[in-house]
Amino acid sequence: MNKITVIAGTDKNGEREGFGQIDMRLGEMYAVCGATGSGKSRLIKDIEMLVNRDSVTGRRVLIDDSLPVDRQAAQSGLIAHLGQNMRFMLDIEVGAFIEAHLHCRGNATAAVGDVLKLANAITQETVIESDNLNALSGGQSRALMIADIAVVCNSPIVLIDEIENAGIDKTVALKGLLDRNKLVLIVTHDPHIILMAEKRIIMRRGAVRAVKDRSVSELAVLDELAALYLKTSEIQKKLRAGESL
Amino acid sequence: MAVNKVVMLSGGAAVGKTAVFRHIIAAMKTRGIKAAVCKIDCLMTTDGEVYGGLGVPAVVGLSGDICPDHYLVSNLEELINWAGAAGAELLLIETAGLCHRCSPATARCISVCAVDCTSGVAAPRKLGPMLTCADIVLLTKIDMVSQAEREILAYNIREINRTGEIIPIDGVSGYGAELFLERIGARERTDGFIDDTLRHTMPGGVCSYCVGERRIGSKYQQGIVEKISFEDTI
Ligand SMILES: Nc1nc2c(ncn2[C@@H]2O[C@H](COP(=O)(O)OP(=O)(O)O)[C@@H](O)[C@H]2O)c(=O)[nH]1
Ligand SMILES: [Mg+2]
Ligand SMILES: [Zn+2]
Ligand SMILES: [Zn+2]
Repeated sequence: MNKITVIAGTDKNGEREGFGQIDMRLGEMYAVCGATGSGKSRLIKDIEMLVNRDSVTGRRVLIDDSLPVDRQAAQSGLIAHLGQNMRFMLDIEVGAFIEAHLHCRGNATAAVGDVLKLANAITQETVIESDNLNALSGGQSRALMIADIAVVCNSPIVLIDEIENAGIDKTVALKGLLDRNKLVLIVTHDPHIILMAEKRIIMRRGAVRAVKDRSVSELAVLDELAALYLKTSEIQKKLRAGESL
Repeated sequence: MAVNKVVMLSGGAAVGKTAVFRHIIAAMKTRGIKAAVCKIDCLMTTDGEVYGGLGVPAVVGLSGDICPDHYLVSNLEELINWAGAAGAELLLIETAGLCHRCSPATARCISVCAVDCTSGVAAPRKLGPMLTCADIVLLTKIDMVSQAEREILAYNIREINRTGEIIPIDGVSGYGAELFLERIGARERTDGFIDDTLRHTMPGGVCSYCVGERRIGSKYQQGIVEKISFEDTI
């Protein structure tokens, strides 16, 4: 596949969204931003479910200009989605969970250890194979969900609904998820992450309000924010270790 | 009008059956499909109020002391006649599905089983014929789990039901309801339900307790009584 297309639906008042369609191609990164309740998660979810006017928004999602014949096959073949869930529900051990997901995704190249290695680079609370999946903390769960998407799924479309919470390492997590060959959509309130994307989708009242390109002057702001993030992380590390500044 | 489709939805308590039917009934109304709905439960249910408020013919049957699945099958003909007389072409039946050994599904109905994403990896295996004989399996509460968990659950269900279609559903927002409706629509109409048959036999029953015995002990037990084998203790 090459691109996906979101065809406009309606906002919370039933009015038509202010765009015809958005074409998104592999290799692009989009930040989805807007106030809380503006419809960011809904947009991501519509894409994940490959809706065909069958969600509250009435949007349609096309793959390479056509409706997928078998939606579920298309979903698990093309899309990896990190939702807002902070916890797992299933009552199995971490190792068995990863094994099962590798198996049903038909992934024969990655191993349980690869997933755990990345998860443990993202969170400081170590996750081990014999842990119970639904007993993991919020931070461990998010880290494992991200590692699962990066290592097990290996899908061309990556949808991320906020990674900044739960005290995980933003840079390690993003490094695992962003890939130059993939289409990445990331819902975020973090200006640093918003500016990492070359395009951003602005949401309001349940609808897409605008799609904007990152400008050259914003690129300079991105550098500033990146430097600031490094500095903040250093300070945080020292304070956590009990040092004085 | 005569009923030409019967959708039998079974599944454990609180898995989201009523939530799904609410969306389905609303969507049918906008399409002009005439439906009637029936809820079968054991002792009490508040679903009657929910369905009554949707503006379609609705009825509740309480099975009392009898297995609700036996009760449903004993009343199926009457239910189909009632729905037809009330002007419905399609009859939706929600059944509590408490007795996992029984399944009230018949050859000509559309048999649907709801499985809750949050009920665990082993849960589908315990559901018996209501899942293994289902034409459509609804994977409910998908908003509560990660994509990975949903995929694993769907895979496990596929292992025990090779032919049924699995439809992920979110009963709160209604995701998946349109697809479910489309699949119901795609199924063949039936000319009638006379001489329809059960897909799976009901358990051989009638022991002393079925008919009101309360005393414990072998000397009070008559009829079909099975005893635990202690040969293979764990
Ligand atoms: N989060 C979530 N809750 C649901 C969903 N479907 C149903 N529920 C809730 O689960 C409870 C039981 O749902 P209900 O439809 O009455 O279950 P039934 O006993 O199978 O008919 C209710 O509180 C519903 O609001 C769903 O898809 N997601
Ligand atoms: Mg109910
Ligand atoms: Zn029974
Ligand atoms: Zn008995």
